[in-house]
Amino acid sequence: MKQMDIDWKPLMLVPLLAVLALPLIGSGSTWLTLTVAGLAMGMIIFIIASGLTLVFGLMDVLNFGHGVFIALGAFVATSVLGAMGDWTGSQELWRNLVAVFPAMLIAMLVAGAVGLVFERVLVRPVYGQHLKQILITMGGMIIGEELIKVIWGPQQIPLPLPEGMRGAVLMGDAAIEKFRLVALVVGLLVFGVLTWTLSRTKIGLLIRAGVQDREMVESLGYQIRRLFIGVFVVGSALAGLGGVMWGMYQQNVIPQMGAQVNVLIFIVIIIGGLGSTGGALIGALLVGLMANYTGFLAPKVALFSNIALMAAVLLWRPQGVYPVASR
Amino acid sequence: MFKRLLSNDLPRDRTLAVLLIALLIALAFAPFIFPGVKALGIAAKVLVFLVLVASFDLLLGYTGIVSFAHTMFFGIGAYGIAIACTRLGATWGAVAVGFFGALALSFVLALIVGLFSLRVRAIFFAMITLAVASAFQTLASQLSDFTGGDDGLNFKLPELLSAGLSFSEEPFLGVALNGRLLCYYVLFFTALASLLALLRIVNSPFGRVLQAIRENEFRAEAIGYRVVVYRTVSSVLSALFATLAGVMLAFWLRYSGPDTSLSFEIMIDVLLIVVIGGMGTIYGAAIGAALFVVAQGYLQDLLKLGSDATAGLPWLSALLSPDRWLLWLGVLFVLSVYYFPSGVVGRLREMARDPQSKH
Amino acid sequence: MSEPLLALEGVHSNIGAYHILHGVDLIVPRGQLTMLLGRNGAGKTTTLRTIMGLWRASAGRVMFAGNDITAMRTPQIAALNIAYVPETMGIFADLTVKENMLLAARAAKRAGDMDDTRLKWIFSLFPAVEKFWSYPAGKLSGGQKQMLAVARAIVEPRELLIVDEPSKGLAPAIINNMIDAFAELKTSGVTILLVEQNINFARKLGDTVAIMDNGRVVHCGAMQALADDEELQRSLLGLSL
Repeated sequence: MKQMDIDWKPLMLVPLLAVLALPLIGSGSTWLTLTVAGLAMGMIIFIIASGLTLVFGLMDVLNFGHGVFIALGAFVATSVLGAMGDWTGSQELWRNLVAVFPAMLIAMLVAGAVGLVFERVLVRPVYGQHLKQILITMGGMIIGEELIKVIWGPQQIPLPLPEGMRGAVLMGDAAIEKFRLVALVVGLLVFGVLTWTLSRTKIGLLIRAGVQDREMVESLGYQIRRLFIGVFVVGSALAGLGGVMWGMYQQNVIPQMGAQVNVLIFIVIIIGGLGSTGGALIGALLVGLMANYTGFLAPKVALFSNIALMAAVLLWRPQGVYPVASR
Repeated sequence: MFKRLLSNDLPRDRTLAVLLIALLIALAFAPFIFPGVKALGIAAKVLVFLVLVASFDLLLGYTGIVSFAHTMFFGIGAYGIAIACTRLGATWGAVAVGFFGALALSFVLALIVGLFSLRVRAIFFAMITLAVASAFQTLASQLSDFTGGDDGLNFKLPELLSAGLSFSEEPFLGVALNGRLLCYYVLFFTALASLLALLRIVNSPFGRVLQAIRENEFRAEAIGYRVVVYRTVSSVLSALFATLAGVMLAFWLRYSGPDTSLSFEIMIDVLLIVVIGGMGTIYGAAIGAALFVVAQGYLQDLLKLGSDATAGLPWLSALLSPDRWLLWLGVLFVLSVYYFPSGVVGRLREMARDPQSKH
Repeated sequence: MSEPLLALEGVHSNIGAYHILHGVDLIVPRGQLTMLLGRNGAGKTTTLRTIMGLWRASAGRVMFAGNDITAMRTPQIAALNIAYVPETMGIFADLTVKENMLLAARAAKRAGDMDDTRLKWIFSLFPAVEKFWSYPAGKLSGGQKQMLAVARAIVEPRELLIVDEPSKGLAPAIINNMIDAFAELKTSGVTILLVEQNINFARKLGDTVAIMDNGRVVHCGAMQALADDEELQRSLLGLSL
């Protein structure tokens, strides 16, 4: 009997994919550029997907409207950054960060607050009814997207990177865009905080336990509803943060971006195993890498490669790489 | 005879029956009642959506699973005809190749997706179809040599169905008897036949089993029905009818592009129509499709009035802008799911049933 | 007989379309160990779940320490100092033994906050819990899991302990350990309601006994009286103790 029992095989998938891609791409520097880009994209996707998968694991609620919070965060960021032109226009990185940080914070706050309303008005009345859940949250997505159009207009809005985050740094021959490094750092930070919360705090303990057996957590005297609302709000806020990152990554935002990113997120959490945060990280990194490699090798089939990836993983493990117990 | 035609599934409400008959008459004589290109176009679109939405109802309303890949099959039908007629010329042979090729592709795809994802849980199916449909859409716009990319394909149909062909010099009741008119009636009878066929399916023993599964999956499985098989067959059937609707669309438009058949917006429209019209009723698809398409054509004008009238209040005006009509449909959709899960049709039937249940 | 801590009065319960409990009257005297016996499907587990609010009573009342708890939600009921060990044990397999215990200790934020003396006492009852303290609970054997489940229920002092078939699927030697542990627990003064099928277990531990059949309590009395009356046993249980 081993004390720590970690399933390493899925963890190996990420380096495996990266190594497999190397000979196909040929050039080492291009590979490095693509790999960093893929990891950065993966981290952003993870930020968004983590909340969704936790909400699903905890309450068996799959929020098809998760994408709304992505778009919402991104649009809030355009407004905040737009109002702080002096700071984003500066060449100095610290001034840029001063602008980006409140943009992220406000985006998270707004997305979290809307998440609270979303949970109360749309999700709560349809617990345990999957069909209605899908329909209602989809309806929420439609309404949310339209409201974003009402507030910010239906057109694409540029979200330029602050001066100091533009351009690339050279690592050997490989050009690494600065923002991708920022995304990596933010992603790792979120992952770190999330992991710490889940593994070291009582709240995290409750969440992990709730994912496994909701009824028993209630029998131990904890109000799982409150916990769930908290997770839903945090998940929405994280989607908002991810939206800011995604918008800056694409350097523009459109109201439909939520629905677009949603597709990637679903692939990610299916690969990871519905409800598993660790699985979501692996899924996100795989999808990010795959998108960048195939985008370079065969751009026409980029999105299809993710479907193929998902199918391959499901053939290997039909419940995703880290199946969550009792689901 | 009439009852048998409807597979004993009668409207069961006078208002609903009147509406359906009115709709049938309006569609049957649309070229004569509503002359003009726009009106006929709207009537044809109603026919196409009727089949598309009714086939989706088989899946959502009767089988209780949500697919977001329905427009993928719709698109396969439309592109099948478009690609065949572009490559092979405007012949009946090309139409046949496109039609059967599209059906075969839909069949295989629906089967794979179904077997892959229906064995786990319905929620899986919804997610996977969403991903597959979106990938398919990207693929269609990427393979531009084949599909015309974002511009789509304009193509010609055999002469028999084109406006250039006249059957008689004299207009009949003021309507030119040409290939376009014939094309409309091809659509009309296809839609009618499809609707009757779907009614037959949902009222057959197979349809009853589907509903039993929808109500209680475990019990159905315990009685001995292979739930996966039934669901997969249902999703394949539904995909085939969607493909047929795509073929109808291509016939009418002589054009196939991502925005007219593959886009997620159409998927959303279908979802809205089926829920607002009434899930699990088939008739709801007919009523819903007609209401929706006509509203899409004309209600936006109404919203424009509201928007203009409230121009002094920019916020309200923006909310009432005709471009935002999806917002109001979305609200209606959510309210429908909460309060009228059986939609317009279910509502009408309840009102018809209530007085009887009192005695 | 002392004042009842828990009392069910004419409780009915439905699960889906099935009517399971048909007016259960049950009294659990304070400070005693009450055995709930009966055949499979008699409604024992449903009774426990209804007490905990995991199923809703469709009629009747559940009284705890003089308060009506029928309409309360499960977490509120548990917060009244009622611990529940379900038939499935409810062990969180992905959490360590320590984390399982910490979770049940509502007052503790960290493992260090748990009452050391009490933990030592629990370890003495269930040595396996100490031995596998930092192992994932899913790795434990069935018997060890059952011990963890009971240990977890008593990590903090509780007024009422409800345990569903603690002997289920256990080897005889382990059942004896379990009997000893419950005997020790009884001396701590906690009120216990046990569902059992194992007659030996019941006879050794029970103060009072209630027997269920077809969703009703058909007999209620002292355990000793039942153990001494073979005729009664045969008519009620169809087997001898």
